[in-house]
Amino acid sequence: MSLLEIEKLCLSIHGKTILDRIDLSLNQGEVRALVGESGSGKSMTALAVMQLLPYGAMTTGNIRFDGRDLLHASEDEMCALRGDDIGMVFQEPMTALNPVKTIGEQVAEGIRLHAKVGRAVAEERARHILDRVGLPESRFPLTRYPHQLSGGQRQRVVIAMATALKPRLLIADEPTTALDVVLQAQILDLLRDLVHESRMGLLLISHDLAVVADMADQITILRAGTVVEDGETVRVLSEQLHPYTRQLALASTHVPEIRKPPASTIASANCEKPLLSVTNVVREYPGARIGLFGRAPSTRAVNGVSFSMHERQSIALVGRSGCGKSTLARMILALDKPTSGTIEFEGVNLVGKSEQELRPLRRHMQVVFQDPYGSFDPRQTVARVVAEPLHLLDEKLTVQERRDRVAEALSEVGLSGADLDKYPHEFSGGQRQRISIARALITRPKLIVADEPVSALDVSIRAQILDLLAFLNNRQGVAFLFITHDLSVARAITDRILVMHEGRIVETGDTSSVLDQPTSDEAKDLVHASPSLHRALKRRMQEQG
Amino acid sequence: MMPFLLKRIGTGAITLLLASIVVFAMLDVVPGDPARMMLGMNATEDAVQALREQMGLNQPLIMRYMSWLGGFLVGDLGRSYTYSVPVSQLVAERAVVSLPLALLALFLSTAIAIPVGLYSASHRGKAADTIAMGASQLGVAIPNFWFALLLVYVFAIALRLLPAGGFPGWTAGTWPALKALFLPAIALALPQAAILARVTRSALLDVLGEDFVRTARAKGLSRNTVLWRHALRNALIPVFTILGLQFSFLLAGTIIIENVFYLPGLGRLIFQAITQRDLIVVESVVMLLVATVIVVNLLVDLSYAAIDPRLRGT
Amino acid sequence: MAPQPTIPETQSVMRRARGSKSFMIGLAITAIIAAAAALSFVWTPYDVTQISIGDKLKPPSLEHWFGTDHFGRDILSMIMVGARNSIAVALVAVGIGMGLGVPLGCWAAARGGWLDEALMRLNDVVFAFPALLSAIMITAIFGPGAVNAIIAIGIFNIPVFARVSRAGALALWPREFILAARASGKGKLMITAEHILPNIANLLLVQGTIQFALGILAEASLSYVGLGAQPPMPSWGRMLFEAQTMIAIAPHMAIFPGLAIVMTVLGLNLLGDGLSDLLDPKLRRQK
Repeated sequence: MSLLEIEKLCLSIHGKTILDRIDLSLNQGEVRALVGESGSGKSMTALAVMQLLPYGAMTTGNIRFDGRDLLHASEDEMCALRGDDIGMVFQEPMTALNPVKTIGEQVAEGIRLHAKVGRAVAEERARHILDRVGLPESRFPLTRYPHQLSGGQRQRVVIAMATALKPRLLIADEPTTALDVVLQAQILDLLRDLVHESRMGLLLISHDLAVVADMADQITILRAGTVVEDGETVRVLSEQLHPYTRQLALASTHVPEIRKPPASTIASANCEKPLLSVTNVVREYPGARIGLFGRAPSTRAVNGVSFSMHERQSIALVGRSGCGKSTLARMILALDKPTSGTIEFEGVNLVGKSEQELRPLRRHMQVVFQDPYGSFDPRQTVARVVAEPLHLLDEKLTVQERRDRVAEALSEVGLSGADLDKYPHEFSGGQRQRISIARALITRPKLIVADEPVSALDVSIRAQILDLLAFLNNRQGVAFLFITHDLSVARAITDRILVMHEGRIVETGDTSSVLDQPTSDEAKDLVHASPSLHRALKRRMQEQG
Repeated sequence: MMPFLLKRIGTGAITLLLASIVVFAMLDVVPGDPARMMLGMNATEDAVQALREQMGLNQPLIMRYMSWLGGFLVGDLGRSYTYSVPVSQLVAERAVVSLPLALLALFLSTAIAIPVGLYSASHRGKAADTIAMGASQLGVAIPNFWFALLLVYVFAIALRLLPAGGFPGWTAGTWPALKALFLPAIALALPQAAILARVTRSALLDVLGEDFVRTARAKGLSRNTVLWRHALRNALIPVFTILGLQFSFLLAGTIIIENVFYLPGLGRLIFQAITQRDLIVVESVVMLLVATVIVVNLLVDLSYAAIDPRLRGT
Repeated sequence: MAPQPTIPETQSVMRRARGSKSFMIGLAITAIIAAAAALSFVWTPYDVTQISIGDKLKPPSLEHWFGTDHFGRDILSMIMVGARNSIAVALVAVGIGMGLGVPLGCWAAARGGWLDEALMRLNDVVFAFPALLSAIMITAIFGPGAVNAIIAIGIFNIPVFARVSRAGALALWPREFILAARASGKGKLMITAEHILPNIANLLLVQGTIQFALGILAEASLSYVGLGAQPPMPSWGRMLFEAQTMIAIAPHMAIFPGLAIVMTVLGLNLLGDGLSDLLDPKLRRQK
């Protein structure tokens, strides 16, 4: 008998169907991945197992845990199971812990509840499990509060809470999506070891095929609330029998076909004057106040960075989260001021210039942000959103001219001019990212700074946007500075790469040579931690012979 | 000491100082000569001048402000023009009525509102919640002095259970004095309790939607345990904020309510002082009430640090 | 990533408005009271200035729906005229609060630094004076009257609106669409006008109805203690003051003006609640 058996699970919330006849099973000591794009119902499946569904949810079908019917279990029975026999780890470590309770209290709470032991015993066990997840008491005493820990450390606390009582089933819902690749690799290793140690069943929910290929024995692929394919992970992902599986696998390793001849650009780049040159840029933040007059030492988010880029070039700025890459991007866009150093764009130093003096430069320098939801004023139509940078032009445009320009920019990114008077929320995530690119294009800029332009998108949409960006770079000659933590994005669309670590650039070079043969330790860490579908499949096939 | 606390105490002190300037300046521009007021219309110009000199009214503005503020800090509020007794004595006599009244009202409103808010939040959408929130919607709309009139009509005139007004003084015994304050305190407390109950409920519901509540539930904690152990403490910050604001409304409310119930408190004192143009009394009472509001709000802010470790610094 | 809330077009707001019970009830009550106040300019059942001792202290009847007061004046007519006064005072006070508070709050949020700090300290100072207390001070200086009541309540509204608009604006400034506007070379004033104000309009509208309701209560309190509108202009608070001495023999004198206040404030609060449910994307997402 399987540990977890889901049969014909249907779920609707306020009458809207979310899951339609899901079947899934998981054995003791096995890792089953549940994969799908956003909205496919993978998180809802997990919450249905936990019986923590949102208000208004209706379920039919069967969920059996160790032979017990969970859908018809009483709330008291579920409380006894949750945290004891079934543990759960969530996606967002920054908000998953109660900010006003110490980590010791929060870990010990579940132990006291289920093991019926006193405070001292529960704390001793909490100490032990925190030590096991990599938070030894010497450096992380139980009296720490969540805000005193980093995201990766908090996720370790959540894992400690979920596994403290050695549950037989652990559900992990995108446990590493909010973390950078190096932390992701560490957390996945930890999960793998914990599961192995006490023969837990792990239901791993993820959108990332590369992660799944590395971790899971069995895989279930969901699409719009139904199971598309399931079976043994290596077989399903290497054979790719179902067209949707194939589509997902292709999209996640996608490299745009339009590639320019690299030799010519590099040759011409050397003789031209650089489009952008950054010299010895430092950005300091004052330390927190200590006492009445004292301050903690200031921190340098960006510490002496220099590089230059040429017209038509496509450069990736990669690094772990918090390495200073977004701060650097903002200074290049003149949205933040460096503490020292110079940033020259088209030969003019941006530092210390007034908004009026920056106007002609801003016209040639635009931005695309990560979040396709937050980058538009929700009260403005697409026409107004996209037309915003036209403010930078010197000539005054008529209403019709503005609309024509907007329509032109929209058609360049593959949207129709008929979309002008719609609001951003009427579009899907991928379409919004196209609108965002249209806004950046409308002034015919020479440089677009793109801050994680595809990391909030599902893989299939991500592939389309990468194609569009590659097209704009190669055919229209827009130079791109991509800020990303995702090395596969860097490999797909950039010529050169800058690796940033703790405010400094630690390695530069051609993208493919740096990614294939990194020399600095920091770049090696990044490359080795980055999940890769091909590598994972190859390794596992070798293991299996 | 923690940076948040230091900063908050510093800004509290600045606010107090600015408020004292406002109070002093506003009452300094009032038309009418206090010396003339004290001596009456028949006094000679010389006598008035002599009194002005004695009261320090001829000194420059800044000096008068400094000596007023200096006196305030050591508890010397000057002498009342009309009663000819130290203002501090007048204020002390009246404060023993107003302060217990405000505190009793605050206690009643909290004791009613927090349990109602908790119950409503944990029974969201059920009949009890709907009724409680409907009643609180009505409670928020009721002016306290009108509510006081109705209470007087029902409990004092129709049922004859409690006194309709007046205050026997604490010397008459604790029980009769409390009895005299009971209706006024209810009249003050209920509309405030209605607001507080709504805020408590909505703050709790907000917190219950947070991610960490789901984490706690995944640990096996029941809905009610999560409400008590995790949600309540996080919901306290908005609740305390409202409590701080309410204190200022309660103080203002006592001024009105004392007039309904003929209570000899600070509210009555300030009205008498206005009609008699006894400005130094008005000035002192206003400053005292404003200072209380500022200090209470400072205490509320400091309590945030006790609730939320993120404000304590590391 | 959780989808950001989005604001739908006007049509769907109207459609949902009709489905919101508290919004519709609040709107109806507010409309009835506003209509009664407007009607009083041209017609009241009786003349409110006419004293007729023979009709004094009559309980409610067919001739006098709400009865008469100690001078024989018709209470319904007085309530209608009094509504005018209450609404005017509260409305102008909200206007003062919004007109000064919103620009100050937006300015503080846009500039930040010491200016923000200074404006917020000033705010704290004004906030430390409860409306009634500043009204008492103002009347102590300039004498009682409706205009001084307006000023006193209006001053108290300034920091309220300044805080609400500053908090709303501060939450918007780091958003990516504002960064995009800055990258388009738009200055702080332009961004405030084009992006900040339209996006905090909801907050201000909701706060406006709350302050309106509080203004009605404050005006009633002030005129109850004799610091508001002066006789012969009828006002709700003053009617209650006069009812106090008669409470044992003519409770109707106290009941009807009080109910008028309660209904008005209730109507406005329901309207505000309904509006915030309709317009607050966060609340809507939870449903």
